[in-house]
Amino acid sequence: MTNHSDKAPAERVALFVTCLVDLYRPSVGLATVELLERAGYQIDVPTGQTCCGQPAWNSGDNRRAGILARQTMDALAGYDHVVVPSGSCASTLIHGYPQLFADTPEDLIRAEALAARTWELTRFLVEVAGLDDLDAGLSGSACYHDACAGLRELGIKQQPRQLLAQVDGLELREMADTEACCGFGGTFCVKYPEISSRLVSDKASAIEQTGADTVIAGDLGCLMNIAGHLTRQGSAVRAYHIAEVLADRTDHPAIGEGED
Amino acid sequence: MQSTTREFPLKARQALEDEQLRQALDKARDGFVGKRQTAIDNFPDFDSLRHRGKAIKDHTLAFLDVYLEQFEAAVEAAGGQVHWAESAIDAQRIVTDICRQAKAGRVTKAKTMAGEEVALNEALEAAGFEAVETDLGEYIIQLAKEPPSHIIAPAVHKTRQQICELFDKHHHDGRLGAALREVPDLVNEARERLREKFLTADVGITGANFLVAESGSIALVTNEGNADLTHTLPRVHIAIAGIEKLVPTLDDAASMLRLLARSATGQDTSTYTTFVTGPKRGDDPDGPEAFHVVLLDNGRSRMLGNRYREMLRCIRCGACMNHCPVYGAIGGHAYGWVYPGPMGSVLTPLFTGLDGSRDLPNACTLNGRCASVCPVEIPLPDLLRDLRRQQFERGLTGRNTRLGLAVWGFFARRPWLYHTCARFGIAALGRLGRRKGRFRWLPLARGWTATRDMPSPQRSTFQQLWKQRQKEQRR
Ligand code: SF4
Repeated sequence: MTNHSDKAPAERVALFVTCLVDLYRPSVGLATVELLERAGYQIDVPTGQTCCGQPAWNSGDNRRAGILARQTMDALAGYDHVVVPSGSCASTLIHGYPQLFADTPEDLIRAEALAARTWELTRFLVEVAGLDDLDAGLSGSACYHDACAGLRELGIKQQPRQLLAQVDGLELREMADTEACCGFGGTFCVKYPEISSRLVSDKASAIEQTGADTVIAGDLGCLMNIAGHLTRQGSAVRAYHIAEVLADRTDHPAIGEGED
Repeated sequence: MQSTTREFPLKARQALEDEQLRQALDKARDGFVGKRQTAIDNFPDFDSLRHRGKAIKDHTLAFLDVYLEQFEAAVEAAGGQVHWAESAIDAQRIVTDICRQAKAGRVTKAKTMAGEEVALNEALEAAGFEAVETDLGEYIIQLAKEPPSHIIAPAVHKTRQQICELFDKHHHDGRLGAALREVPDLVNEARERLREKFLTADVGITGANFLVAESGSIALVTNEGNADLTHTLPRVHIAIAGIEKLVPTLDDAASMLRLLARSATGQDTSTYTTFVTGPKRGDDPDGPEAFHVVLLDNGRSRMLGNRYREMLRCIRCGACMNHCPVYGAIGGHAYGWVYPGPMGSVLTPLFTGLDGSRDLPNACTLNGRCASVCPVEIPLPDLLRDLRRQQFERGLTGRNTRLGLAVWGFFARRPWLYHTCARFGIAALGRLGRRKGRFRWLPLARGWTATRDMPSPQRSTFQQLWKQRQKEQRR
């Protein structure tokens, strides 16, 4: 390809911010935007997005899931890439929609096109953007929790660790059974709270045993579950989304931490 | 077996409070998971073997009628007899009839999940036969009068202390007190009790890990050798197995056995692997005079025609439950029927009806670990999600869930309204939670806040901040 200008026009990335980040932790969204801009992309946040429909999809309410999926596909049409700061929501777009529309060919074509352009944030940064000039620091030690959907449905394992290794001053420690589910599971955590509590308490013990002072993950749902348990137990371990750590936005309160 | 699946929530809560159960489950899980991992790390390209296992099973299921006929013909050619049991009742009747004709008194049994599925022990006892379980785990739970809690380790929920107490009560009339004894002692003790039973049984009942169409053989694997004593010593051998246990050839059976041993117990091969073909022949030194195979349908052929056909690939290895966080927390009994864990949460609703087992498809975080270890690549979470779809369509989903989805859906499908309401709602909630950063209590969220805090939101939505940012940049 002949290069006429110094730089090819920036590729356009749609940020699908996820409902949890939108409502609960916008700093994760801002951090994601900064990372993507640093990597040279032009970012847009389509306003037609709300929730990907996962609560309906996972509850067997396929009709509502379909409505939300079509709305999301409309909102995210026409971009070079779609980036999602959540393994579980990204997986709903990538694997859920094509399954949901297996019997409606017109929707299926669009679902597959969207799936092919959609990325979980850390995988996008490593495998597409090749981002290797992070400007982030966090002194102390942290462990990374492998959230289930990202790990098993999208192959997110090395990417976040590779990125976290570039954060100045941060020592990464592995917790025991890091691939064990934290017990969040969307509506599971309120339908079966006792089982969910047992799982998150096992997860919290594994984190505490590393002696790390921070726990990091790529999914806000899991993080709220883990942080909620840790703060209730009076633990000093702080919880951040990986985007916040990578964009050096750890100067504000951690998840579940107050201003005073 | 009678299903008590309706009581899942209660039984799960009770299980969580049972400290002995917790010890037993933690120990078992660490053992199963670690051993399987080592076995797989030592096997070059286990995933190819999994693909092969899946392909063998898919092929067999696609031509099941053909292979079943081939199997039947081969069993008969070897001098055995095949019986078709459409339902659990049929299976019970067939087995008790054979025992009656054999004028049997005592019946020994090796572990069979199909036998559990049709409640064979109850049927045998009701018909006046003494049924003796010879697998150590099954023997233990038979003494304790409990159902199995795991498909390959039926007494996995018991600690050694509990087994010592049980043996003391049944073998020594309570004379030993609760003295803790070593595992080999306990095994020897059970062995001594069982020896006499083995030698005096008239009929031996086993399951079958695989049925081989080309030879009419059944494959049996154990680590105790009890299945071999069960089928060689008595006059009559009855094997009971689901129709999905079929594989076309001995070669295929070999591939499946490699998958099974590694996935189930982390062994390269089980201690005893036996292929049984027909009854004793003229010059055989031992073996039964008669050989019967009871092929159980009990709802399986119904699954052939829909997406649950994938579940018929299951080889009953137990890996899915060994890796399931929910099973690991509550054990097998809470599931309420024969098959626990992820595979049970799919099978129980299919076999016993969706109405009586509403919790099972939902009591899962969809974390996917089960599917990632399943040796025949059954997409268990997808099947569970599909059962949820059926529940939703048939109005079996809980009222709170339906109401929640309706309210959430109303807003979520109207982006403008959603973003506007979100802005105000989050601003209010964020102000309330700002100082502490979390809530110890929130209306309608008791399920969450009973044991953990709800982190507070950050006072603005992302959409709001993004708009501000855009404005500032334009300036
Ligand atoms: S579903 Fe898969 S992992 Fe579970 S018992 Fe069956 S074969 Fe084994």
